[in-house]
Amino acid sequence: MTEDSFAASGAQNGATGPNHHQDNQLINNQDQGFLGLVVEGSLTQGVEVRLDPGTSVENIKAGTFVTIQGSQYRFFGVATDISLGNSDARLKHLPLDLGDPFISQALLGTVAYGTVSVFPNLVMPLVLGDDEVAPAAAKTIPPQFSRAYSASEADVAIVFGQEDERHFWIGNPLDMEAKLCLNLDELVKRSIGVFGKSGTGKTFLTRLLLVGILQGGQASSLIFDMHSEYGHGGRDSDRSIMVKGLKQLFPSQVSTFTLDEESSRRRGSTPDEIVRIGYSEIEPEDVELLRETLNLSDVAASAAFNLEQKFGAGKWMEAFLDLEDRAAVFDLAAEIQVQPNALGSLYNRLTRLKRFGFLVKDSGRAAAARIIEHLERGKQVVLEFGRYGDDLTAYILVSNLLSRRIHDAYVRQKEEAEGGTGKEPRPLVLVIEEAHKFLSPSVAPQTIFGTIAREMRKYNVTLMVIDQRPSVISSEVMSQVGTRLTCALDDERDIDAVLAGTSGSRQLRGVLARLEPKQQALIFGHALPMPVVVHTREYGSAESYAQLTRGPMRESADAVESSETPEERLEREVAELF
Amino acid sequence: MADGDGLMSRIIGEVVAAASTSFVAQCYKLNEGPPLGSFVRTGSPAVFGVVYQVTTEPLDSSRPVLARGEGLETEEELFRNNPQLSRLFTTRFEALIAGFWEGEACKQFLPPLPPAVHSFAYACSPEEVARFTESLEFISLLLNSGLPVADELAGACLRGAASAQADGPAFLSRAGRALAGQLAGDVPRLSAILRRVAP
Repeated sequence: MTEDSFAASGAQNGATGPNHHQDNQLINNQDQGFLGLVVEGSLTQGVEVRLDPGTSVENIKAGTFVTIQGSQYRFFGVATDISLGNSDARLKHLPLDLGDPFISQALLGTVAYGTVSVFPNLVMPLVLGDDEVAPAAAKTIPPQFSRAYSASEADVAIVFGQEDERHFWIGNPLDMEAKLCLNLDELVKRSIGVFGKSGTGKTFLTRLLLVGILQGGQASSLIFDMHSEYGHGGRDSDRSIMVKGLKQLFPSQVSTFTLDEESSRRRGSTPDEIVRIGYSEIEPEDVELLRETLNLSDVAASAAFNLEQKFGAGKWMEAFLDLEDRAAVFDLAAEIQVQPNALGSLYNRLTRLKRFGFLVKDSGRAAAARIIEHLERGKQVVLEFGRYGDDLTAYILVSNLLSRRIHDAYVRQKEEAEGGTGKEPRPLVLVIEEAHKFLSPSVAPQTIFGTIAREMRKYNVTLMVIDQRPSVISSEVMSQVGTRLTCALDDERDIDAVLAGTSGSRQLRGVLARLEPKQQALIFGHALPMPVVVHTREYGSAESYAQLTRGPMRESADAVESSETPEERLEREVAELF
Repeated sequence: MADGDGLMSRIIGEVVAAASTSFVAQCYKLNEGPPLGSFVRTGSPAVFGVVYQVTTEPLDSSRPVLARGEGLETEEELFRNNPQLSRLFTTRFEALIAGFWEGEACKQFLPPLPPAVHSFAYACSPEEVARFTESLEFISLLLNSGLPVADELAGACLRGAASAQADGPAFLSRAGRALAGQLAGDVPRLSAILRRVAP
């Protein structure tokens, strides 16, 4: 009788065998990308996921997206750290026969296992495709033993949006096809920071951002193009090829201005306007700002204010430089009660400015006004510095001077608009390189850029700051930078400065330290729902130009569809049904 | 019932003492006990045990065993000269209870009642072993039995069970993980057992 019952159950087993197998299949399908279980964590530190024995630590990279299935929410986060754990602290002290694959296989994943720290940034709808529920910042964490998965392309698309008029495709997540899109509205509302040490792709990233802003049409931009690489092409030193500039890609939407006509023509660029700056346009504040680069003492720099008082605004510089010799300078010093040596050195240094070809006694129409004209027509303006780009004095002088004029005009226009007598000025993004020269704590309070950064979007002018030494930028200014894009950085202080004031900065630090030196950037801030490492989009090939100039297309949606696997399609269709 | 592969051909003895955690069976044939670590079953519904001790001893423990082979050429000769010997000795085995059969389900924990005395004890067929070892929960019963030979027993049991599987190496790797799960906090003991189980 025992035999019968056992035989019967055996037969049953035989019959259920294939079903059992199917169940396993099903579980495997559902578990695509299964990483492991949440074992501990906190909201501030993130959660710890113990890896399933079937998942190798080597398959997880810092910065990988992870979804965690809680009981009420689905969490979306990013892997910030990967570590090795063990269940027996004696493990490392024991002589183990690990030459035997059987033993090492049994120990791996059970006694010796990998863990991944995941920072859950967002909570997402439980059902994929439920557009009613938008991803929101996570204010809780998943319970223990929640299952963690590597995020699917569909998850990433939900979080980072589809490419459209308001979302610009900046690149892809690591090892994924999905597109990461920046919210352009949010991007231009506040200042933008592009950081990274030399040669990490800041310029490429900036070009992409500028194309995005141009296509989105949310704002105009004025680029102080130090090395003439945004307007009419620039050099990709890695690939030794020339890449196209904005003017070449969007000839009708971009105006190029130049300070150095010869250089522009040599490079085959035909500038729309030549910028000349009259002595009358230089103000004592400009001299104050140049103190460092001209190596002027405090007293010498402030003597410019006395000169202005003496000769009148707009005339002082010309009158001062017209003095014939030192004796005349000393006489003047006595007259305006300034220390003679200080005035002497001011004279010497300002005389040096005469070598700048763009500085003329009388410039005719003010360059700033012409730039504003172009900006108001919705154009993006690139100001090429040509050979003056290597001279920091010229760069600081011109960019500060023009920005101040433009800012004044914007303030006026904005106030008129508020008073109901004019229209709102078009939002403007000022792009400056080597920003720490303008925004260091000692200089920032005096420069127009410091003012713009502080008052933010009040007057519709924001900054795009490109720099390799963020630690030198005043922390007050850094705190106003809304979206930060950071390529690889080495210096501890620079990393600290970039991450200052960001939640989860400890975790981001680990990610930032591991960025590859090329084509990778950590982006966080207002334009993205959560910090993310992006493999920046290709720029420089014919295909990339075609994609960039075509702009956001409906075909991009099709491309997403055709790249889905059958399972994903099924999932999506099911989601659509309900 | 008694076909070639049937139960009757696998009968090896009869339960003579039973407790909640183990039972003792006397073998019908002298020196033909089941191997250490092998699976046996007894009772109805079936209780599964893992053999941990096989003993052959005089039926009357008060009579000491004497050496009788002096001057003889072979051991067979010894038994021919003393035909009573096979009647004076018996082989017994002790098995740890590893699980039981309840309805359609195989449970890998202790049954509510031990098998009845005089239940027949059978060696398990490879199919039964494969079926029973679909789950490896019973390993904890072996490891926690408190027997001095618990580790030896677990090793022998898993080695034997592997030979009953369609895919022996896959079974062993599953068993290795199950062992590691049980002994995650005691790596020296774990690695000692793994070395015994390693193919």
